[in-house]
Amino acid sequence: MPNYFLDNQDIQFHFNNFDLREIVEIQEHEYTEAQHYPHAPINYEDAMENYKKVLEVVGDIAGNGIAERSSGVDEEGAHFSDGKVQYASGTMKNLEELSKADLMGMILPRKYGGLNFPFCVYITAIEVVSRADASLMNIFGLQDIADTIRKFGNDELKQEFLPRFSTGEHTGAMALTEPDAGSDLQAVKLTAYQNEKGEWFLRGVKRFITNGNGDVLVVLARSESGSKDARGLSLFACYGDSTVVVRRIENKLGIHGSPTCELQFNDTPAKLVGDRRFGLIKYVLDLMYRARMGVSAQALGISQESYEQALKYAKEREQFGKAIYNIPVVTNMLMEMRTTLESNRTLLYSTAKYVDLKENYEELIARLKKEGKPFSEVNDKLKRVTKIANLLTPMTKYVLTESANKIAYDALQIHGGTGYMKEFKVERLVRDARITNIYEGTSQLQVVAASGGVINDVLSEYFNECEKKDYPAGLQRLANFLKEIRGLFNDSLKYVLDKKDSTFQEVASKDLVELYSYVYTGYLLLNEALKDQRKVFIANRFIVNAISNARKNAESIKDELFNDLLHAEKILV
Amino acid sequence: MWHSIVLVKQVPDTANISGKVMKEDGTVNRAKLPAIFNHEDKVALELALRLKDTYGGKVTAITMGPQRASDILRECLYMGADQVFLISDRKFAGADTLATSYVLSEAIKKIGEFHFVFAGRQAIDGDTAQVGPQTAEKLGIPQITYAEEILDLSDSKITVKRKIDGGQEILQSQIPVLITVIKDAVTPRPFSAKRVMAYKGAKALPDLEKMVEGNSLLYMDKLLEEYKERNLFIPTLTTDDLDVEVERCGLSGSPTKVHNVESVVLASGSHKKIEPNKDGLTQLIVELMNDHIIG
Repeated sequence: MPNYFLDNQDIQFHFNNFDLREIVEIQEHEYTEAQHYPHAPINYEDAMENYKKVLEVVGDIAGNGIAERSSGVDEEGAHFSDGKVQYASGTMKNLEELSKADLMGMILPRKYGGLNFPFCVYITAIEVVSRADASLMNIFGLQDIADTIRKFGNDELKQEFLPRFSTGEHTGAMALTEPDAGSDLQAVKLTAYQNEKGEWFLRGVKRFITNGNGDVLVVLARSESGSKDARGLSLFACYGDSTVVVRRIENKLGIHGSPTCELQFNDTPAKLVGDRRFGLIKYVLDLMYRARMGVSAQALGISQESYEQALKYAKEREQFGKAIYNIPVVTNMLMEMRTTLESNRTLLYSTAKYVDLKENYEELIARLKKEGKPFSEVNDKLKRVTKIANLLTPMTKYVLTESANKIAYDALQIHGGTGYMKEFKVERLVRDARITNIYEGTSQLQVVAASGGVINDVLSEYFNECEKKDYPAGLQRLANFLKEIRGLFNDSLKYVLDKKDSTFQEVASKDLVELYSYVYTGYLLLNEALKDQRKVFIANRFIVNAISNARKNAESIKDELFNDLLHAEKILV
Repeated sequence: MWHSIVLVKQVPDTANISGKVMKEDGTVNRAKLPAIFNHEDKVALELALRLKDTYGGKVTAITMGPQRASDILRECLYMGADQVFLISDRKFAGADTLATSYVLSEAIKKIGEFHFVFAGRQAIDGDTAQVGPQTAEKLGIPQITYAEEILDLSDSKITVKRKIDGGQEILQSQIPVLITVIKDAVTPRPFSAKRVMAYKGAKALPDLEKMVEGNSLLYMDKLLEEYKERNLFIPTLTTDDLDVEVERCGLSGSPTKVHNVESVVLASGSHKKIEPNKDGLTQLIVELMNDHIIG
């Protein structure tokens, strides 16, 4: 009876140390809903108890139901025949259970049938579900599509779409990508046009649409004919009715349970979400925060399961008269995996909290405006957390999805030849991990997205605070290392900026972002080590590892490793 | 309106018995074992809930047990039971199947009109499979054991598929009827998040008594009132609430006595090869007859 929430010691650590008071107090707005909904909390403690209890339900369904069906889902996959997409039978069962358990509208307001949970708790649920079956995240983890309608749609739109998302009757899809508009969404061509009554219709093709067979599609389309850039794009909601033809589904390396569709919109009736022209520049960018966090949590779930599989196998497998777990090289690999896993979780939750704060400050400001109350203080806070969320979200996605691949890779390595075989779970984890650093923005794009915040050193205040802190003797050495890494970062940044070479800067951004992530994650772990003795080991390994990586990052910049880009054509024969 | 009453039991988690929980005399130290919802009872509850989903009505879950048995009643609420009752009294302790079914049948009568009583086929601790059938006897209603599916329900008759050796049997019964359910019948639904949040604080009388014991600032009457008001009180039936003869309850009402508990390890001893021919067969039959195994 494994429960993927309760049996995860590290998630428990984070949950018990979560301080969500500010978020919950805004979100629950004086806990007034308790009068109307028996499931609404009466105070902060009650809310936390609710989250815990519900995550236990998620952990139970994940550990006992979803995990058991995951191999079947991978093998059967979503299939496509007679123009219809059919989920694998295990996926259907998973969705049925999650719907029955009221878990398909976790972040939606109660009046639309949701649970009104903070984003942080939802992220935890995504991790737990993804550990059991990463492909299910691509349906379960699309709840922020409904949330986009909630945030930007009008009341009529919300009333029409949201309740059926909450019950699980409807699943959604976000249709952005087109054959010629992938990373570059400004190039979207799918047309939205109006008839004389002002009703909107969609015409064109979308490609690589995760869960494109969903009942409700949120579509990015060109509403301003003749426009060429982002400002001509608007966001629409429509039903996946007979006017939306699924032309094919992709045959993918991993996440087989998740259908990836090519869609053709044949004059599909649609409704405008929010205002015209804000589709990409406002709504999609806003959605991206949460979508990227969702993929990061998915990557973490895969990492967790990879580690679990490797640990279990290493303890069972005997060679040279002992379990390979006891062979130092293997032990070291496992410790490396475990450290990355925990440092990644720390980073994920920290970022999730900023995203959560950002969302809640926005809500609070809207509320204060409505009530005619002053909001400038909250606005200042919003500006601060938005800057940080802008940096941390892509940085987190970059770090977590790249390391999910590494952890899954090492987990397979520990399995030896056996791991290469289909009989063991670990080969699936390697395949499933591979998409996480590609979709919702490739790693390369995440670096670009994060580099602005890195160059502006938006976390400097936090770093300064940490540097002033007195750490106990045992941790002071680690604190000194972090100071050194920060120094390396500052020097490298200065070097890059002084060079005034945009090509060089573009390539060096990766090193800069990595350096910055070491300092931030390092301090988070160091502060955790103050609370928990065991975390000292994690902080130690992470930071000692980081200093040597940091030196390498800094050196490749200073030694001008990337100068030869000028000669690319001669090298790339 | 159809009314189903489901008999549920909290049992020690016998699948997870470690060395520590066995006493020296070979009996189980229940206090040290994690207590769980007897799986077949959960399946019975699921069947009752599905009956309600299809035909309407309400579902009541009841259990007889000590304070901590209220755990599984909360779980019943999480799954969708409309109401639950804890039947709890020191005088009920030590009951065998006879005394248990006596108290349960009296509790059912007290709860009121019902059409179906559902129960798991048996509990994993005693494995007797007697409580369901005995309860039906005491209520004077028919019983269908080993049920796996409800096929039909009309105004006066229910049609049930039950498992028998080597196949299935379809039975029709008048109503009310008691039905015991096997574990493979259906998969119990997950807890509903909303119901978990709504009922997580539900407490039975012994829970509240324990709270009062541990805190001198709490007063029983006030606490009871508060829980009732918040719709979080699990009604609790004691000997005072039921028309029971006390000597028929608990230990005094239990003729079953456990004389000895042995830990039996089944292991193969010596073996004998018997040729697969007529002589071999004859030899085997004679031997089995001599050992009084057959004949």
